[in-house]
Amino acid sequence: MTLVLNRIDDRLIHGQVVVGWGQPLDVRFIVLVDDAVAESEWEQELYRMGVPPEMEIRFHSAADAAMRLDEYRMEGQPGILLTGDIATMRALVVRGGVRDVNIGGIHHRAGRVQHLRYVFLTDAEQEALRELATHGALVTAQDVPAARAIPLNELLGTREDA
Amino acid sequence: MNDPVRRALVAGHADFAAGLVSAVELITGRGSVLVPIQVKGLCGDDIQQLLYGTMKESGIRVIFTDLQAGSCTMAARKVLRALGEGTLVAGANLPMLLDFALSSNPDIAAAAEQAAERGRVAVSVHKGGGIPA
Repeated sequence: MTLVLNRIDDRLIHGQVVVGWGQPLDVRFIVLVDDAVAESEWEQELYRMGVPPEMEIRFHSAADAAMRLDEYRMEGQPGILLTGDIATMRALVVRGGVRDVNIGGIHHRAGRVQHLRYVFLTDAEQEALRELATHGALVTAQDVPAARAIPLNELLGTREDA
Repeated sequence: MNDPVRRALVAGHADFAAGLVSAVELITGRGSVLVPIQVKGLCGDDIQQLLYGTMKESGIRVIFTDLQAGSCTMAARKVLRALGEGTLVAGANLPMLLDFALSSNPDIAAAAEQAAERGRVAVSVHKGGGIPA
């Protein structure tokens, strides 16, 4: 097995990731890539307590993770690669060879426009997602496994009233 | 009976909090002991700010959440750390909140711990086939 999901989700470890995706995919490890969390023992402990005992969680900065992704791809068990923002995932696409990107949750914040119930983007973030695609990544939005994976073009063409 | 004082927040996915609090109100008439928190569409930072602001303003220091790994639980743990006090119970269910709502213990944190135990033991499994002879 390998990394079975490369997800952008600003809530990082939470129910959809651990239970919604984790159980059906039988995920055994999560690679959480976030520069701030990689520096914070306390936050790492917080997230460790949020996952079940059979699920391991590993923490990396973006620069560190990009160099180690090949190792994780060779793991014998399925894992999830998780970032909290587009910029971090961009580093993993450009320097780590990530080829599928799941947008799982980018929530409301000032200056963002709603595209889906769980995706809000600024103009700059829309551009950043297009850039991921130009680097060869297949970008889709899908919050949970039972939902349809929405292609990037459709996502960016959709605007919902908040 | 006077309107009960608000003693705890309830937060969770989708309509979890509103649903449980409405059930507590229906069964005991003491739903107003609990404050349901709506977090639909909010990012982790916004959930944290909402919980922090509500706890700071109200003085409430007990929070029940739905899922150990949930974003409300994560945010609540950060808020308790920032406040330097408080009690978080993750994995809340209806028996737990009923016990808490009906508790007259003036020590609210102790009431939450007792309710957590009540909720833990209230889970049971029943299989078909009738009552054994």
